[in-house]
Amino acid sequence: MSQTLSDRPASDAASNEKVFVTLTVADQLCGVPALNVRDILGEQSLTRVPMAPREIAGSLNLRGRIVTAMDLRRRLNLADAPPGTPRMSVVVEQGGELYALLVDQVSEVISLPASAFERNPPTLPPPWSEYSAGIFRLQNRLLVVLDTERLLALAPAS
Amino acid sequence: MDDLLVDFLTETNEGLAELDVALVKLERNPADEATLSLIFRLVHTIKGTCGFLGLGRLEKVAHAAEDVLGKLRDKQLPLTGDVITNVLFAIDQIKEIVNALTATGAEPAGEDSKLIASLNAISHGEAAPVAQSPPAPLPSKIIAAVAPSPQPVLAMIPVEAPAEDPPSPEISSDAQSSATGNAPANAQTIRVGVDVLEDLMTLVSELVLTRNQLLQLTRTGDDKDGELGRFTVPLQRLSHITSDLQEGVMKTRMQPIGNAWNKLPRLVRDLARELNKKIELVMVGADTELDRQVLELIKDPLTHMVRNSADHGLETPQARRAAGKPETGQISLNAYHEGGHILIEIADDGAGLAVGRIKAKALANGLATDAELAAMTEAQIQRFIMRAGFSTAAAVTSVSGRGVGMDVVKTNIEQIGGTIDLKSTEGRGTVFTIKIPLTLAIVSALIVEAGGERFAIPQISVVELVRARVGGTVGGEGDNAAPVVEQINATPVLRLREQLLPLVSLTNLLRLPETAATPEAVYIVVTQIGGTTLGIIVDRVFDTEEIVVKPVSPILRHITMFSGNTILGDGSVIMILDPNGIARASGVGALDGRSADRRGTVAKARVASDGKMAMLLFRAGGPEPKAVPLGLIARLEDIDRDKVEYTAGQPVTQYRGRLMPLVPMNGVLDPDRARYSVLVFCDDETGGRAASRTGIGDGGRCMGLVVDQIVDVVEERLQVELAGGRPGLLGSAVIAGQATDVIDISYYLTQAYADWFSHPEQHAGRKSDAGPPRILVVEDSEFFRNLLVPTLASAGFEVVAVSSTAQAFRLHDAGDEFDAILSDIEMPDMNGIAFVRALRAKGRWAELPVIALTGHVAPEQIELGREAGFTDYVAKGERQALLRSLQQCLAQPVTQHSITLAA
Repeated sequence: MSQTLSDRPASDAASNEKVFVTLTVADQLCGVPALNVRDILGEQSLTRVPMAPREIAGSLNLRGRIVTAMDLRRRLNLADAPPGTPRMSVVVEQGGELYALLVDQVSEVISLPASAFERNPPTLPPPWSEYSAGIFRLQNRLLVVLDTERLLALAPAS
Repeated sequence: MDDLLVDFLTETNEGLAELDVALVKLERNPADEATLSLIFRLVHTIKGTCGFLGLGRLEKVAHAAEDVLGKLRDKQLPLTGDVITNVLFAIDQIKEIVNALTATGAEPAGEDSKLIASLNAISHGEAAPVAQSPPAPLPSKIIAAVAPSPQPVLAMIPVEAPAEDPPSPEISSDAQSSATGNAPANAQTIRVGVDVLEDLMTLVSELVLTRNQLLQLTRTGDDKDGELGRFTVPLQRLSHITSDLQEGVMKTRMQPIGNAWNKLPRLVRDLARELNKKIELVMVGADTELDRQVLELIKDPLTHMVRNSADHGLETPQARRAAGKPETGQISLNAYHEGGHILIEIADDGAGLAVGRIKAKALANGLATDAELAAMTEAQIQRFIMRAGFSTAAAVTSVSGRGVGMDVVKTNIEQIGGTIDLKSTEGRGTVFTIKIPLTLAIVSALIVEAGGERFAIPQISVVELVRARVGGTVGGEGDNAAPVVEQINATPVLRLREQLLPLVSLTNLLRLPETAATPEAVYIVVTQIGGTTLGIIVDRVFDTEEIVVKPVSPILRHITMFSGNTILGDGSVIMILDPNGIARASGVGALDGRSADRRGTVAKARVASDGKMAMLLFRAGGPEPKAVPLGLIARLEDIDRDKVEYTAGQPVTQYRGRLMPLVPMNGVLDPDRARYSVLVFCDDETGGRAASRTGIGDGGRCMGLVVDQIVDVVEERLQVELAGGRPGLLGSAVIAGQATDVIDISYYLTQAYADWFSHPEQHAGRKSDAGPPRILVVEDSEFFRNLLVPTLASAGFEVVAVSSTAQAFRLHDAGDEFDAILSDIEMPDMNGIAFVRALRAKGRWAELPVIALTGHVAPEQIELGREAGFTDYVAKGERQALLRSLQQCLAQPVTQHSITLAA
């Protein structure tokens, strides 16, 4: 899957469009730049990591690589998903390490024109303001662009 | 950087390493022409190549050195130590320049004319200028920097034969026999970048895991239509090939430990000169192979230890002669494989560790108290040298003795999952033994479960596994019952072969959810970390598995409990525990400086315990807990059923050389129990101990109260609800969240000895002509009054207790006479300080000894109390201290008190 994802932006680069993998966290539509995405996973069995910050849902095995999973609901200070709800993961790479972002649903890959981009409204409260790189106006909804680097900059012992 | 330059640097670095060894070899055996030719050729190659590359500075130095070597080879110059020293300086300078080249890609600016001049002087037959200051100090790398050296990342891969000559003649015959003769063995080797090897290793690790998963699938898979059967054979083949491949790739990473040793002959030679000692270096097992990553990490600690042995271990030739040893001291290195690990011994035949000096130093640095030292074995004392800031060298030399050293060595070795131990005999020498894993990539680990999660514990730190019961009394049912986890103030411990093993629950430590049902039995993984053992309580133990260690994700790296993580055969991720981190987190690993820490907390606990009291909780005749102040209890004992005898229908036991009556709390001794838990009460401080030691001193009477089970010791602020009427019960209190009966111990004491409180003997040390000493107790808390009265009465005092200072003054005015007064400090109407001031001011009691009872025993408080007029200060609940204090006060003539107080 990562193959097809990384193929697209190359063709669209000229047309000043950006490609995002869209996902939902507690009904909010969000997007992660497709270039950063390495994999999309369904429900996975996670190994909990004791003493870890509460945002860390655990570790999972992705084809022999150990991937640390971060629960986006917790990272964004949202209520936990009801127990038993299947979750999906978006695997992103940062600094040579793989991280899985646990989300409610991964929907599609879309290409968005730069003209539809807006900066964060100044009234957006944290933590959203902190982890949002900006907003895209879609036809009938808004898409929050997630700043994965900031999301994964988990201060130790926080 | 230019490819040509990279090649040159790699080649030159190898040549330089060879040169060091060869030069020292030459010095010992000047007639060895083959070695001389080798040296000449190596220097010549360096010179030639740098001329080609336009490295002018390097070329000049090499050229001057080559001139000298050429004359030596042609026998135009005699070979002396000074000549060699100068050549070595030249080599050092070449190294410096090469290092700078490696770092920057260009020759550093600098001036070598002095060195070149002295080399030229030698080659022209002039007297060799005696060892001028070395061009650069020896790169004495501090061991803390164990990061791989900045040399080009290339490894030699022996394809058929070891590529290098045996490093030095000192290497034992077995090492030499492995080399292919003396000819420069141009064995078939190729250079491969280390990163290529690392990638290969990672791929193989993953292949191994995938193979394990496939095997698991076929084993457990649902084989309805025999589909899986078809995979069995190819899968087996895949499995074999994978294993072989893994082994092969591991081999490419293996290097002989001699590679870490080849700098040592030179180092020892220089040290010997600097320290004016004669040192012989013996190296055995240089061809023992280990993973290059481990090799890199072990290099610096090894160098440091050899340095240490030369400096501290070996004596001067004079001292050795005086001790009747050969003048030349020996440092020997010995490496060998043992059970999947490499053992390296660094031995010297020097003075050994001076236990006396280590003790003195440990005391001076506050690492241990006199009493702790007295209880330690020699080996334990010797291990102090591995603590931070500990150096026994009297003087700080340029070589070692800087107070950092062995502790850093220890830390570095532990970091790679190794252990270090030492044995030393004073006057005979010291042997350090380092045990390190062959490789860091794959380790054998024990898989355990706690709180519903699985964890891996590296096998190297596991000593044994113990299954222990939770709850119940020690040895409760049957003699071969499993050991029991006991509690001291809710801290679990285990009696293991007559030793108390500290335990830590993995579930609690990692803050995992408790499993719903408390298990009846647990497993204890006994781990050895340095000199300490620690038991880790786990719920289940599975199996040992070879695991591929992978580093923890950066965002989890701050959790010190884990040294890595891995994927098991079933595909699940599992965290690898770091026993060192666990020990540190549980306060054990702080064993360096542990006693100091512990003293700190004890002092704190005392201060904080104002109004709190240590109570022993036990059960007897029912499930509800009972409590008795810990201060009243002399000892806790387990007594075998067959040790119980009967005299006149009363159970007794022989205890420390005399008979001790046993009083069963619930009336009768349960005949079904093999052992009884007994609380021993004694009516004097030394109890039965003094009696058994001296055979005299029948002041000590003891009574054993038999209970069902000792539960815990808790420290709590007591709010005792008094319950009159029931014999043997002072009242009840909420202790540890549970309603608890507080026992009136005086009731049981009189059951054992009806005359306990009218003891004819006077322990108080007062002449018996005037009858027992009378003590006035001023204490507002009824509970403490009830506690003190029996305590004092049992020691032979006549006691009057009042609840306020007002009542005390009424007794004074009524003409009552006492020999001493005990007073609480914190009291509602008038506090103890004001009370004693008032007493001292006037009246008949002005010169009586007055002892303060308090929860605070802070020095300032004591000072304040003494100024106000208290004779002594005693912590509440400390029965023995109180009795001792009373005896002292009463033994002294009272007038003396007023003198000391006035002073």
